Amino acid sequence: MDPGDSLLAAASDLDALLQALRRRGYTLLGPRLRDGAVVMDELERASDLPVGWSDEQDGGRYRVQRRPDGALFGYAAPLTAWKRWLNPPEAVVWQGRRVKGGFAAVDEAVPVPRQAFVGVRACDLAALQVRDRVFLGGPFVDSAYRARREATFVLAANCTSPAGTCFCASTGTGPACGEGYDLLLTEIVSDGRHELLVEIGSERGAEVAGELPQRRAEPADLAEAHALVEAAAGRMGRVLESEGLRERLQRSYESPRFDEVAKRCLACGNCTMVCPTCFCATLTDATDITAERAWRRATWDSCFSQEFSYVHGGSVRTSGGARYRQWLTHKLLTWHDQFGTSGCVGCGRCITWCPVGIDITEEARALGRGEAQGRRA
Amino acid sequence: MTIQTFEKVLAEHPFFRDLHGPQLDTVVGCVANTSFAPGEFVFREGEAADRFYLVREGKVAVEVFVPNKGPVTIETIEGGEVLGWSWLFAPYRARFDARALTAVRALSLDGACLRAKCEKDPALGYELLKRFTEVVVSRLEATRMQLLDLYGRD
Amino acid sequence: MVATDPAASTVAGASALLAGPMQPDPFEVRQVAKETGDTFTMTLAPIAGVAPRPFAPGQFNMLYVFGVGEVPISISGDPARPEQLVHTIRAVGATTRALQRLRKGDWVGVRGPFGTAWPVGEAHGRDVVLIAGGIGLAPLRPAIYHVLLHRALYGRVVVLYGARTPHDMLYPKQLRDLRSRFDVEVEVSVDRATADWQGAVGVVTKLVQRSPFEPQSAHAFICGPEVMIRYAAIALEQRGMSDDAIFVSMERNMKCAVGLCGHCQFGPFFVCKDGPVFRYDRIKGYFGMREV
Repeated sequence: MDPGDSLLAAASDLDALLQALRRRGYTLLGPRLRDGAVVMDELERASDLPVGWSDEQDGGRYRVQRRPDGALFGYAAPLTAWKRWLNPPEAVVWQGRRVKGGFAAVDEAVPVPRQAFVGVRACDLAALQVRDRVFLGGPFVDSAYRARREATFVLAANCTSPAGTCFCASTGTGPACGEGYDLLLTEIVSDGRHELLVEIGSERGAEVAGELPQRRAEPADLAEAHALVEAAAGRMGRVLESEGLRERLQRSYESPRFDEVAKRCLACGNCTMVCPTCFCATLTDATDITAERAWRRATWDSCFSQEFSYVHGGSVRTSGGARYRQWLTHKLLTWHDQFGTSGCVGCGRCITWCPVGIDITEEARALGRGEAQGRRA
Repeated sequence: MTIQTFEKVLAEHPFFRDLHGPQLDTVVGCVANTSFAPGEFVFREGEAADRFYLVREGKVAVEVFVPNKGPVTIETIEGGEVLGWSWLFAPYRARFDARALTAVRALSLDGACLRAKCEKDPALGYELLKRFTEVVVSRLEATRMQLLDLYGRD
Repeated sequence: MVATDPAASTVAGASALLAGPMQPDPFEVRQVAKETGDTFTMTLAPIAGVAPRPFAPGQFNMLYVFGVGEVPISISGDPARPEQLVHTIRAVGATTRALQRLRKGDWVGVRGPFGTAWPVGEAHGRDVVLIAGGIGLAPLRPAIYHVLLHRALYGRVVVLYGARTPHDMLYPKQLRDLRSRFDVEVEVSVDRATADWQGAVGVVTKLVQRSPFEPQSAHAFICGPEVMIRYAAIALEQRGMSDDAIFVSMERNMKCAVGLCGHCQFGPFFVCKDGPVFRYDRIKGYFGMREV
């Protein structure tokens, strides 16, 4: 089997695939049901997945519900994304110790374990590509990110059950997975039939897929899988109106709409925590109590915090409206200038997990269009 | 200096640029050449403001005398700039001290005379008012910036 | 939990995480000199075995005090002599106050140089107008050094400096030396005078109006508080300068200095790598907007 080939496997064969990965030293990471939500966690076997569960998502609303079938991937975007395993919420980026006359760096070996992302959806797969551009595509490369990324096996899964806040179809990032997977699964569940189309995306993926029964997929299987994903594209809960969006946003910097949103926005930063592309981090320096050892840590940060834009004398963005504007314009507008693509992959998490249900698609639709003239305060 | 030279000097001074014909002649009739030695007062606060000056060369400090502090310079006026506007507005008294910091050469204009001429010739009055308003506005803008204390601690 | 895997890859060392740009190199304090009030100038030299870091005028370093923190500071020394790394710093926070307490022989971690530079090459054959406000003279000083070292390559060279009061002027001796040269015009103005001040009193933008440079063939470099930059740029445009010949130095919150942490964003730009020196026409639109 080579990249580009496809296998048809029984759904029950998924565990064999997962154990094959474990035998190769990969820690399995993926969705599981916990505390009434589908969250990302460590897995040990296929049955750890939220088998037979689906989700209902809307602005500020999330519920899981039982499915009539035993689908392995019958839900949409889990609570968090994969970024915590590529850019940990807290990581040491430099260590030093005092030496006579000054200080020296501490060179400590840091293991980077192999990890397999199980069930990566199209939106999250696209988000990985977006993060790659940020951390690997600029003048400075994050070598820790690169090491973790290279140690990551991507077992992607096409979406067949989008949720109410999904809009990957209108961002061009789903529901069919784009490039970047080692293996891609499409689940086919119908009367009496529960199978997985397994598409091979890399040499590494081909090698692991070699442990499955080598049953080539027929054109009919490919067509059926394709049809399921196509159907999903038609069941998106939301739409991002991308037509002319950049021009409209560029014109809207002083729109009073941002102050309107600010009346509801709590600046809690949930959106930035759950967003798979948000990457802002802060650096803090600390010592141990003897002041002999020092560490510099990178921790996740959010542009919604007051201190984020602090320069001597005060913060640049103090009003809630200005901070919401920063997040929205970065995600949908200036990301293009900085990295050549949109920063939004249409996963909808920011809508679901916003306590007050602020909807990025609704804001994008309203800005720069048919609203009252005037400048924000 | 001959009248003709005055005309030329006035016309070249930024303040009177584009003033022509009879209006320029009227103004020229009120001009005199003057100079000040370093340290000499051009005018004092409270004095009747009968004259104003077009500085040609040198530097003049506009000052306020603050008790216990002494004279505080709030602005310096140099060549090409206009000094004194109180002649145009009642009660026609100088509001600040003006003192030459260096040797100063200036054209001094008889404000009282010009006021009378402006009453008779509103068009001339309008021209002068336009120009002085511009001066006052730009001084106000500059003063506001100075007030911001941009380089201060915060 | 999965047993430790024999095939797990290993990163070379903590110092290799992010490697190069995140690694502070130790420099030694050679001198700390008070300038005015809370401002001081620190001269650093690389310790034995560490190479000097050449820099371009306008760039900045991240200075690290062991265990305390790191701050971005513009380099204010002579780019032709990088073995003496000079920074003029204002002591306003924990790290800058810690820097102020350092003495000769203490070590400072240096990362950099980062950022874009004043386009001293592009200005060849043209007049150069350097406009500084307050501590803004520090990031401009390397450009002044460079231009004077290659004086014949430039037309008129004008330095316009605005300070709060005569006591708040940076580098007063150097300014006096500059003034005494016949090939540089130096004009200084203060917002508030002291009793003995015989110089100009007023905003630095007023100096722009009367300065002897040719607007059609000049490059202007502006550095100072953002409000001052705004008004100075307007004054230059009123003189007839085109906005693609005006360059300004911006400031935003900086952490990583390498464009990976997101803090220093200014509209679409990262001040740490797209700036701090920007051509004015590129950022003009964002300048007029609040809280960008």
